[in-house]
Amino acid sequence: MNGTLFIYPDYEVVRDYDKCIACRVCERQCANEVHSYDPDLKKMFADNTKCVNCHRCVCLCPTHALKIVKSDNTYKINANWDNQTINEVYRQAGTGGVLLSSMGNPKPYPVYWDKMLVNASQVTNPSIDPLREPMETAVYLGKKNAGIERDENGRLKDTLPPQLKLSVPVMFSAMSYGSISYNAHESLARAAEELGIYYNTGEGGLHKDFYKYGKNTIVQVASGRFGVFKDYLETAAAIEIKMGQGAKPGIGGHLPGSKITDAVSTTRMIPKGVDAISPAPHHDIYSIEDLRQLVYSLKEATDYKKPVIVKIAAVHNCAAIASGIARSGADIIAVDGFRGGTGAAPTRIRDNVGIPIELALASIDTRLREEGIRDNVSIVAAGSIRSSTDLLKAIALGADACYIGTAALLSLGCHLCRSCHQGKCNWGIATQRPELVKRLNPEIGYRRLVRLVTAWKHELQEMMGGMGINSVEALRGNRLMLRGIGLTDRELSVLGIRHAGE
Amino acid sequence: MLLEGQERIPSGCAVTGVIDRSGKGMTGEDMIRSIAVMHDRSNGLGGGFAGYGIYPDYSDFYAFHLFFDDGAAKTATEEFLGRHFEIAYASEIQTRKIPEITDEPLIWRYFVSPLSRKLESSHLDEREYTARCVNKINTYIKGAYVFSSGKNMGIFKAVGFPEDVGRFYKLEEYSGYSWTCHGRYPTNTPGWWGGAHPFGFLEYSVVHNGEISSYDANRRYIEMFGYKCNLQTDTEVIAYIFDYLLRRKKLTLTEAAHVVAPSFWSTIARKSKEDQEQETLLRKMFSSLLITGPFSIIVGYPGGLMALGDRLKLRSTVVAEKGDKAYIASEESAIRVIEPDLDKVWAPAGGEPVIFELYGGRK
Repeated sequence: MNGTLFIYPDYEVVRDYDKCIACRVCERQCANEVHSYDPDLKKMFADNTKCVNCHRCVCLCPTHALKIVKSDNTYKINANWDNQTINEVYRQAGTGGVLLSSMGNPKPYPVYWDKMLVNASQVTNPSIDPLREPMETAVYLGKKNAGIERDENGRLKDTLPPQLKLSVPVMFSAMSYGSISYNAHESLARAAEELGIYYNTGEGGLHKDFYKYGKNTIVQVASGRFGVFKDYLETAAAIEIKMGQGAKPGIGGHLPGSKITDAVSTTRMIPKGVDAISPAPHHDIYSIEDLRQLVYSLKEATDYKKPVIVKIAAVHNCAAIASGIARSGADIIAVDGFRGGTGAAPTRIRDNVGIPIELALASIDTRLREEGIRDNVSIVAAGSIRSSTDLLKAIALGADACYIGTAALLSLGCHLCRSCHQGKCNWGIATQRPELVKRLNPEIGYRRLVRLVTAWKHELQEMMGGMGINSVEALRGNRLMLRGIGLTDRELSVLGIRHAGE
Repeated sequence: MLLEGQERIPSGCAVTGVIDRSGKGMTGEDMIRSIAVMHDRSNGLGGGFAGYGIYPDYSDFYAFHLFFDDGAAKTATEEFLGRHFEIAYASEIQTRKIPEITDEPLIWRYFVSPLSRKLESSHLDEREYTARCVNKINTYIKGAYVFSSGKNMGIFKAVGFPEDVGRFYKLEEYSGYSWTCHGRYPTNTPGWWGGAHPFGFLEYSVVHNGEISSYDANRRYIEMFGYKCNLQTDTEVIAYIFDYLLRRKKLTLTEAAHVVAPSFWSTIARKSKEDQEQETLLRKMFSSLLITGPFSIIVGYPGGLMALGDRLKLRSTVVAEKGDKAYIASEESAIRVIEPDLDKVWAPAGGEPVIFELYGGRK
């Protein structure tokens, strides 16, 4: 028993042979080679062990003959040693390796968004109909703590540091070219431009073709410094220093050599086919005073014309860290909760390190206000904003805007099979294989992203109107609009909200 | 039942105000007649008045009006006042005993001036020093509440219908160049006198009709700057916002109005380039002080009154002029009852500030 034990697959492909016409679409669509055709029997077969449950075949089967079901194969039921836990031990005993996973933490931790309820106006205060009245969703991100100065005519001078204007308080979060495809990046960039918002390059540099979307682009400077040079910084609307990521706080990134194609290699300015490893810390930042130097280096390099964002993972003492960042010269703090997505992370870290964004956001906003420095920075919340209600609740807790990553990828076709690290994304998103990448048509992709954000905007407006609020600025930090449901006193006090009925 | 300040109480209301721009004095009687017309907009759970120019003999002193629950609160407060201020004159505020007004607390007035030595060592300007002392009394001395703290102005308020409150305080004996008045319709209240309006802070006073939906956003923001919203009422937070914008950030009244009731982005886009720049800048700088939801307010300050309504005009406001006098009220009838023959009457647009000042300007 020196190799790997056979592990029964978690999911099974079920084919309805009454409907199957053996057209072999499933076979052609599956990069994992699950499906095969037996010419003798004139029948399609499936190898469940290779299936990642990405639903590509299910969606494209012309006769809807396919479905994927959870396998009922099980070890003896054990509340402590569940099937997955046992299988992981078998895998590690077979390989000696670190378990890898993709996308956000799937474990059943409390989702606080679902334990908060939203207010509406009745009698004493009218609700507002967004179809008949203006309902403003635009926000400006950046420092607000400028002094009042007047010119010789007594008019106010614009003393504000640079700001980012968003038509709706949503941005596409950092996903690098390399971890996702050229077509996925193009979809995000074009959607950001059309929506009047921003997308984020992640730490993979910026492909030359996308410089034209610069005014809607946030470029990232991460610990590996991939693709960072003068033009990259100058093209962008804002620069984000990535200190951490919600899915894998405390560690760096790892893009396997198989994803480092010619174009990725050029964009990242690293050799082709060699693993791209970004270090766990920035090796020029071992403390807060070092961060301040990088913030100002980037501002110097760009003539103080661009806001600098510092992105951190939501960890236990994030409120104190955020307080330090708010005094470091940064214009915006992005906080990424532990349910945030990733293209690849060690499973144990993804599933156990960090805290939920709801708690981190609430404590950071409270802390900055207690210290009187909330105006020093804007706060962007990330790490599993799944819907317009998550967005609304995040703003009411204190966020200026939210990053969405997973929801954006879902709108491009992602089915959350959590296999990005394998590089064989059948939806053309998390892959660099040309035959797969071309499945994602950016013309269609960008329109789906625009529609998603537009739909959320409508829903946000409806709910704001219901509360009698006609500007999203008056929702920010308006925690009286939230009530907890089924939360303990301690949870309520961290969130800074009351319980339903109070 | 929780006291006002321990929970948030929404309320509807009536407001009215008058100013004689020539600076001539008026008693509070017209205000009483004006607010009485709008009797049905109040429910007997709060009424009050603010008069400007009423203490000309003590115009250099801050006039503190205080409610005390008991003698102990009074003793503690006077001890505090003695440590921080020179007290020029102290007396009980004269009231008329009427059956409509009951359960009155001790009501006292102090004319005070900061102790120069204390003021100097605090490194604060006089108004900030005084503001902080008022906050301290209201936050830390149990059973004591400063409900008026400006120079040459005073607030008079109680639980009851406003017209009764006016008679209770003998407003016919005061003479001021401007007055505002408020009748309150809270949805529920234990009937605490401090919870009645106007709400005053230093020389600014606010009467307000409405229920703002932005309350907690505004409150959590303004509390960063040392204000403490003890009452949890809209009026209190609005008064602090104006104090912050006018006194501390030195904005003009019109600029402050553009902060709390800004034009919609779509409206700003149609304005002149210069106005676009100024109004966009104000919205960017003070976005957390934007007030949404219905409100119509009258801000009183030395030398003037400002009427302002929310940008959707969800509460009525009517303004009028007759000779030197200018009027602001929730309903036109409240103006007509004291001046049937007006030169001009109009309803300002939502978010459009209307400012009436003494001919000499602000004081």
